[in-house]
Amino acid sequence: MSNRYTPLKAATAAVALGLMTFCASALAQDVTISDPHNIANLRGGPLVETPDAPAINKVVNSDKRQVRNYPDQPPVIPHKIDGYQIDLNANKCMTCHSRTAVGESQAPMISVTHFADRDGQFLATVSPRRYFCTQCHVSQDDTPPLIQNTFKDVDSVLKSGSE
Amino acid sequence: MKNLFKKFWHVIRTPSVHYSLGFLTICGFLAGVMFWGGFNTALEVTNTESFCISCHEMRNTVYEELQTTIHYSNRSGVRATCPDCHVPHNWTDKVARKIQASKEVYGKIFGTIDTPEKFEAKRLELAQHEWSRFKANDSLECRNCHQPDSMDITRQSKRAADAHQSFLFTGEKTCIDCHKGIAHKLPDIGTALAD
Repeated sequence: MSNRYTPLKAATAAVALGLMTFCASALAQDVTISDPHNIANLRGGPLVETPDAPAINKVVNSDKRQVRNYPDQPPVIPHKIDGYQIDLNANKCMTCHSRTAVGESQAPMISVTHFADRDGQFLATVSPRRYFCTQCHVSQDDTPPLIQNTFKDVDSVLKSGSE
Repeated sequence: MKNLFKKFWHVIRTPSVHYSLGFLTICGFLAGVMFWGGFNTALEVTNTESFCISCHEMRNTVYEELQTTIHYSNRSGVRATCPDCHVPHNWTDKVARKIQASKEVYGKIFGTIDTPEKFEAKRLELAQHEWSRFKANDSLECRNCHQPDSMDITRQSKRAADAHQSFLFTGEKTCIDCHKGIAHKLPDIGTALAD
């Protein structure tokens, strides 16, 4: 390696210096998620820092069915699903939500749409394409949204239009 | 061979010449204490988790699966080790289970489940053994820690409280009927149901 001055090296040094200055200014900034209009990131601190991990939120475990935001929204899971096994061997959800289990469990049966394969052919049990429940159905954390949004329920949209 | 046996029988039958009855009794008693102590110590050694996972068949499969569950790691730090669930705590039942488990020594020697593939192929059978054992003794090893009488169902979720009230407290079902696959991964349930 030679120590000769080259334009490339100078450029690299300049870029590095610029980066350092940028990082220093980023460090100085106090970025908080609580201010929804000034969100730099969702990780709770500048990029160069390792912020404390946020506390794990409590999962809603009320067993109360939630309103769907639109008719074909997959209903959310109103209970904990910690350690529920869904794989080739077994589907823990189906021990309560399968057609034959709901008598004992009193849980809602999986929708009949889940019995149809992609050709619309109805099968005797859940279709493989609908087997992995948590692809669509998720449990909910009891936490305020990180970013506010302006979603309106279709009913309220219709109502405001008719007024 | 027959002569050897006859000689032995003769020695056993003949009264002692040099030692007093008291000496022989005390020696016999001490030897008994040592044998019994030794036997029970050895039994307890085989009844520890570190003994179970000294073989890779257990360490790399079921023990690894256990580590992700609440029976290994939880908020209060109370945990279940292998023998807490898989060996009866009552002495006679324990010895009976240990005698059964001598077949597992055979399995170890001949490598019945010494690869992940072999283990996976046997998973259903192994699970069914445990399920039927729990079913037969009314989930005794669960109940060694979890007692229905001490369950405060007001502290349970509604779902759990309802289920326990209608199935557990009535004796209609036992723990293992619903709580399968809580400490290890479930085997191919579909195959199990089809049989």
